[in-house]
Amino acid sequence: MKIPFAYVWRSLWARRVTTLLTITGVTLVVFVFAGVLMLARGLQATLVDTGGPDNVIVLRRSANSELVSQIDRQTASILESQPEVVTGADGHPVIAKELMVVINLTRKGTHDVTNVSVRGVSPQSLALRPGVRVTEGRQFTFGTHEVIVGRNVADRFAGASIGSQLTFGGDRWTVVGVFDAGHTGFDSEIWGDVDQQMQAFGRPVYSSVTLKLQNPTQLAPLQTRLQADPRAQYIDLKPEQQYYREQSQGLATFIRILGLVVTIIFSVGAMIGAMITMYAAVANRVVEVGTMRALGFRRRNVLGAFLLEAIVLAIVGGLAGIALASLLSFAHVSTMNFNSFSEIGFGFRLSPDVIVAALLFAVVMGVVGGFLPAVRAARLNIVDALRSP
Amino acid sequence: MRVWRIALRNAFRHRLRTILTICGIATAVMAFGLIRTIVTAWNAGVTASATNRMITRHRVSIIFPVPLVDRDQIGRVPGVTALSWANWFGGVYGDPNDFKNFWPRFAVDADTYFDLYPELIVPKDQLAAFKQERSACILGRKVAAQHGFKIGDVISMQGDIYPGAWQWVVRGIYTGRDPSVDETQMLFHWDYLYEQVKAREPGRATDAGWFVSRVDPPSAMARVSATIDTMYTNSRAPTKTESEREFQQSFVSMSSAIITSLKVISLVIIGIILLVLANTILMAVRERRREYAVLKTLGFEGRHIAGFILSESLVVGLAGGLLGVLLTFPIVRGFGLALPTFFPVIRVEPVTIALAIGVAAAAALAAAALPASRAVRTSIVEGLRTVG
Repeated sequence: MKIPFAYVWRSLWARRVTTLLTITGVTLVVFVFAGVLMLARGLQATLVDTGGPDNVIVLRRSANSELVSQIDRQTASILESQPEVVTGADGHPVIAKELMVVINLTRKGTHDVTNVSVRGVSPQSLALRPGVRVTEGRQFTFGTHEVIVGRNVADRFAGASIGSQLTFGGDRWTVVGVFDAGHTGFDSEIWGDVDQQMQAFGRPVYSSVTLKLQNPTQLAPLQTRLQADPRAQYIDLKPEQQYYREQSQGLATFIRILGLVVTIIFSVGAMIGAMITMYAAVANRVVEVGTMRALGFRRRNVLGAFLLEAIVLAIVGGLAGIALASLLSFAHVSTMNFNSFSEIGFGFRLSPDVIVAALLFAVVMGVVGGFLPAVRAARLNIVDALRSP
Repeated sequence: MRVWRIALRNAFRHRLRTILTICGIATAVMAFGLIRTIVTAWNAGVTASATNRMITRHRVSIIFPVPLVDRDQIGRVPGVTALSWANWFGGVYGDPNDFKNFWPRFAVDADTYFDLYPELIVPKDQLAAFKQERSACILGRKVAAQHGFKIGDVISMQGDIYPGAWQWVVRGIYTGRDPSVDETQMLFHWDYLYEQVKAREPGRATDAGWFVSRVDPPSAMARVSATIDTMYTNSRAPTKTESEREFQQSFVSMSSAIITSLKVISLVIIGIILLVLANTILMAVRERRREYAVLKTLGFEGRHIAGFILSESLVVGLAGGLLGVLLTFPIVRGFGLALPTFFPVIRVEPVTIALAIGVAAAAALAAAALPASRAVRTSIVEGLRTVG
């Protein structure tokens, strides 16, 4: 015969304070666990969304980021003439020759100086990234020293609002617009005319070339053909999404390893907390357990009831932890990405798999924490239990 | 003295519960110690920076070089007693996705650099051998040990900022003067970089990444900084001169969001310690209500009872804290191994230990506060009437 669920529920209610303390402990642990997962997920989502599905980025071989890569004009024009490259509405191949540098800006309200990416773009860059829209002010004009700034840059940095001037490359650049790139890495960049910037920085070479293929399967043959071309041996082609996923690797691995270590330690703590509570629950109810056994409940029913009590504790705590963590979705993090050596803004992202993982994590804590006490309850001898004071 | 004996006896009346509580606190204190250690490791560069060195770099950002010719002018600024320069080389060694293969590589001026960094200790003969050979390099002790590099070995890697295949011969291994010194760097001749780039990419200029100057007296730093930066305000490469400490701090503050979240997590940990302890003490006090009433009839006063409870909590809390501190050492070691070269210097500082113990003790007192005050207020009759 099964012990009714009401018994489990009332037992927890009978010692409210202890129950509440235990649940709060589980809540905090699940909160940190879910928070870390959400952060790693948010970072990766931001960077993976940055790349377009059919876009291919060309970098110098063994350059792991645009910042250290160089593509000379000759190589860029070779790429331009490849038949696989899509032709745009204007009749030009859809290929963006870009320059990437970082400049120092000060975070609003602080004295913290940090690196912000400046991307010199060509007219085709906009066709390659349809997600980028100017939301305030206007688009910059090619051939001038005008720039537009990503939403994240406009929000977070001093002197990056419309009308203000940025100083780099031995000249002043006027901010004429703010663009929204739909929660991608571009939101943390400043865009201007590539030719103007190359001239200002005195750099004769591009950083990267991004092109759109008619069909993603053409990448491998194109790569092979270019490899055989003595003029283009120094370059490496990569799907843009893969490139941006790699850009998130350093920071994401750090967040994940740190999160893993912290949550493992935390969960041990929470399990011990659950164990303390459940042992106390058993000790307080020896007579009760004896009575139930005398009434005909089996050992396994008692075991089940106590285990269920622990699991209920864990699930309530887990749900509260997830609820608390979901509030983090409103928070925004902006920090240095080690791979690109510049600031990247991203959010916490709550996805169904994070919820499932956090709940599972909570239930496992409940089962592990509640098992030994439940076994003790189940193994009580009826006579001794009834006789105990 | 007797209070502590009662506290100890009381604490171990429920042996299993107390041991579990101590373990719970120990794990939380260990996590606290680990996180504090990571925060200090992040700041290691700032802590280790010398008080008499200044860094001059391009005003726009560190990725832009400063003209090497500036060295003559900077060297003549009153207060500057020595000058050197270096470049960030970058490069890719082996599998770029393996953290172990990333360590800082700098092209430095062989004649002056080690004079400016007396904390990098290189045996005299090794330094002489290094200076004589253009393609020589000097490695930090830690990175040499990690990869098994010995003197005479050849290190090859692919360049990224400076493309092509690069090779160096290890001619020296440096050790840090004290444990705070980064022992993971690789230093090689700036002249070698210059000559190679000139041969490989004619037309590409190689300048200094940044200048390092020694300023004497250190109080002249503000003036030196202003003098240098004013000289280049309107040049093609305007400069920013700051103390080494500020320079290092600027890298740390770029990651301030991570440091802030680490601090938030460490606050959450304090909350967890508090919860675990409060739970145990609450249970213990609830069970002993009648006993406390009996003590009161015997003449003990409320403050005695409160003392028993507080000291019991303190015993359990401190035991957990001590155990946690002991556990911090292996976990920090393990973390360092999981992310090699991520933190050049990672170790448990005495401050961290003191802080961890302090947190455990404070949490113990806070956890006992409510049960103690309740026990004090409970009247004898009420206490004796308790069933439980």
